Amino acid sequence: MKKINLNKLKELFAYISEKSSLFLPIESANSINFGMYDEKAKVRLDVLKTSKSPKDLFFPQSETLYSCQSAKGKISIEPQALQNDEFVVFGMKNCDFAALEILDKVFLSEPVDTFYKARRDNATIVTLACARPSESCFCKAYGIDCAQGAGDVSAWIIGEYFYWCANTQKGVALLEKTAHLFEDADEADVESAKAQIRDIVAKMPLMSLDLKNWGKGKTAEKFDSPLWDELYKPCLACGTCTFVCPTCQCYDIKDYKAGEKVVRYRCWDSCMYSDFTMMAHGNNRTSQMQRFRQRFMHKLVYFPDNNDGVFSCTGCGRCVDKCPASLNIVKVIKAFDKEA
Amino acid sequence: MQELKNRIKQLMEENVAQRALGWKKGEFGYDAQAAFFESTDELDDFVYNGFCGANLSKYMIEACKKEGRTIICLKPCDTYSFNQLLKEHRIQREKAYIIGVGCKGTLDISKIKANGIEGIVDIEGADMFSSENLLKIKTVYGDHELAYSDALLERCNCCKGKEHMIFDEIIGESADTVSADRFEQIEKIEQLTSIEKFEFFRNELSKCIRCNACRNACPACNCRKCVFDSDKFDSAQKANSDSFEEKMFHIIRAFHVAGRCTDCGECSRVCPQNIPLHLFNRKFIKDINMLYGDFSAGSNCEENCPLTSYSFDDAEPGKI
Repeated sequence: MKKINLNKLKELFAYISEKSSLFLPIESANSINFGMYDEKAKVRLDVLKTSKSPKDLFFPQSETLYSCQSAKGKISIEPQALQNDEFVVFGMKNCDFAALEILDKVFLSEPVDTFYKARRDNATIVTLACARPSESCFCKAYGIDCAQGAGDVSAWIIGEYFYWCANTQKGVALLEKTAHLFEDADEADVESAKAQIRDIVAKMPLMSLDLKNWGKGKTAEKFDSPLWDELYKPCLACGTCTFVCPTCQCYDIKDYKAGEKVVRYRCWDSCMYSDFTMMAHGNNRTSQMQRFRQRFMHKLVYFPDNNDGVFSCTGCGRCVDKCPASLNIVKVIKAFDKEA
Repeated sequence: MQELKNRIKQLMEENVAQRALGWKKGEFGYDAQAAFFESTDELDDFVYNGFCGANLSKYMIEACKKEGRTIICLKPCDTYSFNQLLKEHRIQREKAYIIGVGCKGTLDISKIKANGIEGIVDIEGADMFSSENLLKIKTVYGDHELAYSDALLERCNCCKGKEHMIFDEIIGESADTVSADRFEQIEKIEQLTSIEKFEFFRNELSKCIRCNACRNACPACNCRKCVFDSDKFDSAQKANSDSFEEKMFHIIRAFHVAGRCTDCGECSRVCPQNIPLHLFNRKFIKDINMLYGDFSAGSNCEENCPLTSYSFDDAEPGKI
């Protein structure tokens, strides 16, 4: 365990960002999201949740896959280079880290998504414990401990000090590189902080959310429930929940015509949108009720069906905070519980 | 609120309407959601307080597809949107029984949280019909108090007025919430150089994630199918394929709703990235007022909109 005074963090960031890109929560135009560090950046490690999850550091909202150029009657294809530079993500919360492990199940299983893999391989992730969880958090319902990050490095902010310890080889390398800035700390220092966080977690209203009625093999029981017809009604069919979600992984592939050049790119898609999974024969989900049902069934039933019971939600609560209609996965789970 | 709930119940029991469109309580006292109440039993969860910011007018499009009449609760500013939807023939007057509900301003939960108030488990004092100006906020980290008037949404600080433009009956008193000039911020932006303006809007719009919440919440955005949802154009609806498109989407939308936007402020309220989208619309409103005389979209159903009617006195390009 090592520690550094909070007023020396800037030195740490400057040092890390000299060697590799550093991404951390940055405030810009009244909104806080993960962004690249530079000395002018307004770093906001104090903020519990970034507006968007940090998933776009690994799976960007849009990215080029390749481009085609037509010249003198010939077409040439230019592949997109993979992101092979090392980078550090600093201050990721454990729910967002758990979400990456869910994305891994999708993108790192065969056929492996090389774009995603390159970013995962090159990232060192510093997970920061949540000092003040909020009422919209429910990570514990999925067995996630926000007091102890599971990234390459686990970190805590306690009083005037920033503490960290390494969990993986990549983490050890980062700690070694920056060792000259740190002083030794006692493991016991963080134990009481962890206990304090866990006490708060026990008091948060959604942490005890019960998922016993969900998971593998529940399709037949849930799919035709009349509750969906009631629940979806306030839904505006926007994509806020899917775009702020750390585990939503659906994407679309499109071509962008730029003169003689065609760029093939992929971008996040949302099951809330009317053209989601549009096929030559049309769309297999024609109503907003069906689209709404798809989102929650995917997270709570289909994904567990295909991934040994693992839910595709980590309880980060961004949908709870951000849904313009105040709808969310918690309300869906509770509505079904009430019915049962 | 009880009076409102009782009246809705009575109207449903007397078969004046078959259902009600109102708000339903949420998990934490601040996350009320729009809801259809199909039976009087469901009204147990009915709520009307400062966190019922959602403008229900647009849900009337869906309600019109249902059998019978729907009771709809409209705050004063929501009635402008309702009128505008009537004018555009997207809803039918006879399908609605309008209860104009009194309003003392709607609350901004982000403003409350920006005061460092986290871990909220309950909020007292958000009742619309109480004259108390105190929010008592219970949190896991301790209790807080905040003046109701300090937690209002920006749109309520420059409210258009507390008069309902259309209603069948009114329940509850309203209170004045104006503390700022509606066009003050627009005038400030107008004073910027073109480079500064461009910087300002680029910073704001670069946060856009194209979730389309602004469009989908907007009562003026009521096309059956949005041009941005079409697969027949290169414009993508769900990603900014380049930095030009990121600005274009919002500017096109602002042009499309110009003269029809009632400045209800839903676009900015729902934006997950806190983009002050209403500024575009308000600039258009200000310009329309300047060029064609004062006009307030949705103040009635009859008046022609300056942008969709023609007169010989209309302003000419370049001759203002």
